[in-house]
Amino acid sequence: MSRSDVLVDADWVQAHLDDPGVVLVEVDEDTSAYEKGHIRGAVRIDWKTELQDPVRRDFVDKTGFQNLLSEKGIAGDDLIILYGGNNNWFAAYAYWYFRLYGHQNVKLLDGGRKKWELDSRELVEAVPSRPKTDYVAQEQDLSIRAFRDEVVEAISTKNLVDVRSPDEFSGKLLAPAHLPQEQAQRGGHIPTARNIPWSKAANDDGTFKSDDELQELYEEAGVDLSKPTIAYCRIGERSSHTWFALHELLGLPDVKNYDGSWTEYGSLVGVPIELGDAK
Amino acid sequence: MSDSCGAPTQTASLPATVDLANEAVIQGTVVREGAPVPGAYARLLDATGEFTGEVVTSDEGVFRFFAAPGDWTIRVLAPGGVSIDSQVTAETGEVAKLEVAI
Repeated sequence: MSRSDVLVDADWVQAHLDDPGVVLVEVDEDTSAYEKGHIRGAVRIDWKTELQDPVRRDFVDKTGFQNLLSEKGIAGDDLIILYGGNNNWFAAYAYWYFRLYGHQNVKLLDGGRKKWELDSRELVEAVPSRPKTDYVAQEQDLSIRAFRDEVVEAISTKNLVDVRSPDEFSGKLLAPAHLPQEQAQRGGHIPTARNIPWSKAANDDGTFKSDDELQELYEEAGVDLSKPTIAYCRIGERSSHTWFALHELLGLPDVKNYDGSWTEYGSLVGVPIELGDAK
Repeated sequence: MSDSCGAPTQTASLPATVDLANEAVIQGTVVREGAPVPGAYARLLDATGEFTGEVVTSDEGVFRFFAAPGDWTIRVLAPGGVSIDSQVTAETGEVAKLEVAI
């Protein structure tokens, strides 16, 4: 797999905006960004209301995913280009999610919304209308999704990559610094995890670092790239960004995203927690 | 508990649910020739230069972080290759304020 199989740059998107069979999808948590302006022709997916089950803490099921993509006018053989705010966190999460449900022809816009804006490229308010499709999803590919028991078993045996900020990792903060800090669960990290913040995989403008830089980053932090790896953060969207770097850009065969992440692990009764720096 | 990690829409005043006594807030405004700049990117870097958070400035040019006490750098990015660093110190129970002119 090469970088161009999974990532496109802003120039490519600009040149292919009107191609049939190419569907731009903006994925955000705060969808007001889309309303103020989005890349021409892009449809939107709301990370919170459209990809999450409204009752249980889980994803929409296969039928729900089929209905969502059909409503958005996306066909199984369309090339989906995902982008979004927050350095593509939610777009990377959607990428992982689309892969989970078997959509193969999907790529990320490198740098996402931020790079597009910093380049002063065109944003429009017009919402496209796409005819409804009859989308068929696959069963979830659980080779890329980790659950809690597997994570506990991975302590000392697999790579655990904690992609939160150093202060969240050490237990000093319980959430990213742009959010208020009151939380119910315990602080800290999963024992034997390495702390490689997601942001180290990205440049200031939100684009991914080169393959050589990425490889050096993880190896220097003590990740054995020949072993299976589980990435986690607080709720699984920043770790989707790192899952993308490890599985899609570096092409490592066995990388899972633990979407339960710290809000689940830090609330489990009886599991081991480590405080401070990586041991 | 916030059920997402995404940056919330930035507002001019602290959200009513926040108890400032427990928070070390850093808040600022991005301005160009005295006028607020919406849509700029404010990045919070810790004392070692490590990235900690990023928000987009509001229509009033406002950005805000809930940091830990200590020294921080705010890096403001805007179209045209603008990248400006400012130093700020946060204390619990206080709002550390700054204005960044680009």
